[in-house]
Amino acid sequence: MEPIISVSHLTKTYASGFHALKDVSLEIRRGEIFALLGPNGAGKTTLISIVCGIVNPTSGTVLADGHDIIRDYRVARAAIGLVPQELTTDAFESVWDTVGFSRGLFGKPPDAAYLEKVLRDLSLWERRHSRIMTLSGGMKRRVMIAKALAHEPRILFLDEPTAGVDVELRRAMWEMVRSLRQNGVTIILTTHYIEEAEEMADRIGVISRGELILIEEKRALMTKLGEKRLTLQLRSPLQSIPGELADTALALSADGTELVYTFDTQGERTGIATLLRRLAEHGIDFKDLHTTQSSLEDIFVSLVRSRP
Amino acid sequence: MNVHAIRAIYGFELARTWRTLFQSIASPVLSTSLYFIVFGAAIGSRMAHIGAVSYGAFIVPGLIMLSILTESVANASFGIYMPKYSGTIYEILSAPVSVLEIVIGYVGAAATKSVILGTIILITARLFVAFTIEHPLWMAASLVLTSITFSFFGFIIGVWADGWEKLQIVPTMIVTPLAFLGGSFYSINMLPPLWQKVALFNPIVYLVSGFRWSFYGVSDVNVLVSFAMTLVFLLACMLAVWAIFRTGYKLKA
Repeated sequence: MEPIISVSHLTKTYASGFHALKDVSLEIRRGEIFALLGPNGAGKTTLISIVCGIVNPTSGTVLADGHDIIRDYRVARAAIGLVPQELTTDAFESVWDTVGFSRGLFGKPPDAAYLEKVLRDLSLWERRHSRIMTLSGGMKRRVMIAKALAHEPRILFLDEPTAGVDVELRRAMWEMVRSLRQNGVTIILTTHYIEEAEEMADRIGVISRGELILIEEKRALMTKLGEKRLTLQLRSPLQSIPGELADTALALSADGTELVYTFDTQGERTGIATLLRRLAEHGIDFKDLHTTQSSLEDIFVSLVRSRP
Repeated sequence: MNVHAIRAIYGFELARTWRTLFQSIASPVLSTSLYFIVFGAAIGSRMAHIGAVSYGAFIVPGLIMLSILTESVANASFGIYMPKYSGTIYEILSAPVSVLEIVIGYVGAAATKSVILGTIILITARLFVAFTIEHPLWMAASLVLTSITFSFFGFIIGVWADGWEKLQIVPTMIVTPLAFLGGSFYSINMLPPLWQKVALFNPIVYLVSGFRWSFYGVSDVNVLVSFAMTLVFLLACMLAVWAIFRTGYKLKA
C-alpha cells in the first residue's frame, strides 16, 4: 500500500547554521499511529513543520497522500491537520467561530452538523459560545484539536498533544486518538512521554540531533531491544557474589539482599534454570523472585545515549 | 481559488472590527469630527477661501484621506501582526491557501473597514461643513484605491514588525507626518517655491490632491499624475507582498 506520507532525504539548515534535520527519510503507513520520539531540539517539530508547510525545507521532498507538499501544496495541505505544541488560539474568539474559521481556511464549506459532532466528541459543545480566553488549559488544548479536525483531515499531526495535561485528560485524548484512527485517520504524534508512545503507537521513530536513528514496530522494538531482569530476594544477605559465579551476569544489590540477573529475551536460552541450579549448589537460597522487562523509556534512553 | 478561505479570513477580520467597534470606527470618526469642529467650523470660518473653496470645505477631502491612510495601515498591519504575535499564523501557513487568497482576505478586510470609515466620516463632515462632490465616481474610486494601497502597505509593516513598537513606528513616525505635510490642511501652492518642490517627493500629496479634485475640480498636481502615482505605489506594495511570501520573509523559517 502506498504510504500516506513519504519523506525523502529531507534536510533543514536554519539561517543560524543549525542543522535541524540531516537527510531524513521516512514513510508513514496509511491508518497507523506513528510516534516520533526524541529529546528536546532533536528535530521533531522541524520535521512536522516542514510537512505542514510552516517551515521551508533546505532540500529533500515530502509527499502527503501522494502529493508534493510544495508543488501540489493545496491538495497536500488539505489532507493534513496539525495540533501544534503551543496553545496558540485567538483569545477573543468563541469556540464555534474559531472552529468554523479553521474549516473555511482549509477550503471546506460550512457544515454545522459536522462541527457539532467534533465539539461534542471533544466535550466542547456546551462551551461553544464561550470565548477561548475563558477556557481552562485542557479545554484550550481540545479546541486546538477541534480546529485541526474541522476540515476532516486524513492525516493528523499531534505535536506533544498531552504536554501539561492532567492524567484524566491525557487518557481521554488517547481514547480520542484511537477513535480517530478507527475512522481512518493516520496519526503522527511527537511526545516526550514514552508512556504515551508505548500506550498508543503502532510504530516508533526515534530522532536524535536531526537524524532518524530508528524506525521500528513498537512490539518488535520492545522485544528486540528489551531486556528482562530476574530479581531474587535472598533469605540471607551476601557480602559479595561468590567467585565461582563470576561468569554469570549477576549483580548484587547495595544492601546484599537481592541478586539481579539480566538476560536477553531473544536469546535461545535464558540461562535461568542453570543459574538457579548453581545458586542452590552454592547454598544461596531465596525467598521470592520476580522478572521485569525494560520499558520503552529504557530503550529510548539507551538508543539516544549510544549516539556519538 | 479557495473562496472559503478568503471568506474565512475576511470574515474573521471584519468580526474583529465589530467586536471593537469603538476603537475601529467610533474613535477615528470622533477625532476627525473634532478636526471639523475646530478647523472647519470654528477657525475655518475666520480663514480665507482657498481658490473658490471655503477652508472648512477644503480640508474635508484631506481629513478623510488622513483617516483612511492611518486606519488602513493600522488595521492591515494589526491584522497580520496579531497572528504572528499570538502564534496562530501557523494555521494560515499550513492551510491550502495561496498568497493571493491570504492577501485578498487580510487586505480586503482592512480596505473594507477604511472605505466604511471614510464614508461615515464623509457623512459626518456634512453635519459641520457644506461641500460638494463634483466627480462622485472618481471620489469613490479614489477612496477604494487608496484604502487598498495603504492596506497593502500596512500588511507589509505587519509582516516586517517583530514587536509592538515597530508596529507603531511607521504609522506614527512616517505615515502621519507625511499625511499632515501632504496638503491635508493646505494647498501646497501656499508653500514657498522650494518647499513646493520638496512636497512633490511626498506620495501623499498626490493622493490628497487627486481626492480633492474629485470634490471641487481643483488640484495641486495633475489628476492623472495623482492616479498614476497611486497605482505605482500600489504596484510596489503588491510586489513587496509577493516577495514576502515567496521568500517566507519574517513568516517562515
